[in-house]
Amino acid sequence: MSTHPRKRLAEHSMVASLLAAALAVAPACKKTAPASDHRDGTAAATGGNKITIGVLTDMSGLYADLAGAGSVVAAQMAIDDMGGKVAGMAIEIVSGDHQNKADIGSNIAREWYDTKGVDVIVDVPTSSVALAVSELTRSKNKVFLASGPGSADLTGKSCSPNTIHWTYDTWALANATGREIVKHGGDSWFFLAADYAFGTALERDVTRVVEASGGKVLGGVKHPLNAPDFSSFLLQAQSSGAKIVGLANAGGDTINAIKQAAEFGIVAKGQKLAGLLVFISDVNALGLDAAQGLILSEAFYWDRDDNTRGWSKAFAARHDGKMPTMVHAGVYSAVLHYLKAIAELKAAGDGKAVVAKMEALPTDDRLFGKGTIDPNGRKRHAMYVYEVKAPGDSKAKWDYYKLIREVPADQAFRAPADSACPLVAK
Amino acid sequence: MPGEISAQALFGQLLLGLINGSFYALLSLGLAIIFGLLNVINFAHGALYTLGAFIGWAVLHYAGIGYWPALIVAPLAVGALGIVVERTLLQRLYRLDPLYNLLLTFGLALIIQGLLQTRFGSSGEPYEIPALLKGVKDLGFMVLPVYRGWVTVVSLVVCLTTWFVTERTKLGSYLRAATENPALVQAFGINVPRMVTMTYGLGVALAAFAGVLAAPIYRVSPGMGAEMIIVVFAVVVIGGMGSIMGSIVTGFALGLIEALTKVFYPAASSTVVFALMAVVLLVRPAGLFGKAT
Repeated sequence: MSTHPRKRLAEHSMVASLLAAALAVAPACKKTAPASDHRDGTAAATGGNKITIGVLTDMSGLYADLAGAGSVVAAQMAIDDMGGKVAGMAIEIVSGDHQNKADIGSNIAREWYDTKGVDVIVDVPTSSVALAVSELTRSKNKVFLASGPGSADLTGKSCSPNTIHWTYDTWALANATGREIVKHGGDSWFFLAADYAFGTALERDVTRVVEASGGKVLGGVKHPLNAPDFSSFLLQAQSSGAKIVGLANAGGDTINAIKQAAEFGIVAKGQKLAGLLVFISDVNALGLDAAQGLILSEAFYWDRDDNTRGWSKAFAARHDGKMPTMVHAGVYSAVLHYLKAIAELKAAGDGKAVVAKMEALPTDDRLFGKGTIDPNGRKRHAMYVYEVKAPGDSKAKWDYYKLIREVPADQAFRAPADSACPLVAK
Repeated sequence: MPGEISAQALFGQLLLGLINGSFYALLSLGLAIIFGLLNVINFAHGALYTLGAFIGWAVLHYAGIGYWPALIVAPLAVGALGIVVERTLLQRLYRLDPLYNLLLTFGLALIIQGLLQTRFGSSGEPYEIPALLKGVKDLGFMVLPVYRGWVTVVSLVVCLTTWFVTERTKLGSYLRAATENPALVQAFGINVPRMVTMTYGLGVALAAFAGVLAAPIYRVSPGMGAEMIIVVFAVVVIGGMGSIMGSIVTGFALGLIEALTKVFYPAASSTVVFALMAVVLLVRPAGLFGKAT
């Protein structure tokens, strides 16, 4: 059989190149613009006449809406509120996309610290990346303000004198959402947990709360991060007979899981979903039809009072009309407090000293009110348990939550003594 | 939960695997058709699937056009886009190394995905299951959403029809002949360039069709195609590049294998396909259904 020569040639190289390309496409797809740099890299390093804030976040993946470009906007708003200058030093922002991968995140952070004169990294909405950046920040004696990540290990066994965990953590979510659900009869659980640091920590912390309140965990399944299809896992949850299906995942994974749970009639058949970490951006993407009735916890909701409304509307005006998530609010609050500490210290070079100063100063801003920072680096403020409104109760876009309970600051987060953080004096 | 799963539950999981497999089959079918005739590895396939889903969402959101018309509108729109792309861009690259059209379609994919990301963000947009297909059927061993049943049936019908047209009709014989020797077929008075253009349009229309089918199940987000396409490429490679039946059978089979992995070792469910691909390439480099050259 004579094959067309062009075709034969093509087919030989084709399979090989396809194979190579298919395997390379996942990272390659997103390997665009690892770090966009708004400043000139030759400027003086730390301790100079400039403060450089690095917003390291997920710019294009499943967490890009809950953090992403909005986190840069929030940081800029904090800088604007300080008048663009602190202690005579100009303030600049650089931003980068860590693609939810620890190696990429560490590389950007290292480059920022070593050659770009970055003084502080904020956000990092993926626990595995955050744990790596925290370690690096400690070794370089800089500052890491974690708003996006969830793992409570950041202020537990992996705590650092250079890291403050700002907005929420898995312990606080378990304590607020988990307790609320067990209190209302949800005493048997099955988990769908994202298979990385965050999912593991959240499942562990909720399990502890459930068991301590007399409930039991019947089983669970770990799914890969960014899984499009949850049907198989939902079927396992369904046959477990648990009253509550706990979603220990976030962002796009939570959206897909809730959407498909509705499809499989999980709720209609009498089981309940517990979204253990649900952001307002997720609710917006799900639509109230699919999300109504979810119990969830947030550290911040734009429509809580006049202060949060005012700030959020200004934020939305700068961010395509999208309301801020608690991660965005946390970035604002953390950067603001950081700059206040620098204003007193008049230097940013010694990260450990900056964090110590931040811990010594009481926190106070429009979004979280007055608060404190524990010696293990845990920022302390109230958490709020909300229920997602039914479509009929929502008066406008972004009018999504109904307050169920406020967890006061002193109960909302783990006591430092229980954190297993070596920095806490026993 | 290995060890404690009942035969009934396992059966349910296998059925789910078939359902997921129907998406793989539908997508890899379009890729196989395009590769078969054009020798183009269409890296834009996933992005065009995403685009199909977004067109479905957009016509509903902006024009009130529902699911059923969208099943036709979106493939037509994407098919038309495909024809324009083939006529203006792809056609210029046929004489060059295949890597060029790979680069072109990959670039297109990044552009489409980037534009959608900029406009809609990463979380995606909500899309309801059409009223007629809402609800679940209790099959005894599992709860089957009516919509998933529909997806499986419709994609089987589309796959088999496509196979029938290419393997058993006169049009199909022209297609296959043009694959073997375009110059000779052209000499017989058949307009091969037009056939090539239409084939590309049809292939990408199939992707858009799958996108609309997927919209009520997966979140309609810019990344939905990228999540899917890598697996689909593995399906095409395992099935044998350009083999239509190969991609259909492999699509469904991989759905089943993935389902089993999700039961026994869920953490590996996103990698098992590639392990399998590596094994198949070692044993049969032309793929399970491919002809060795």
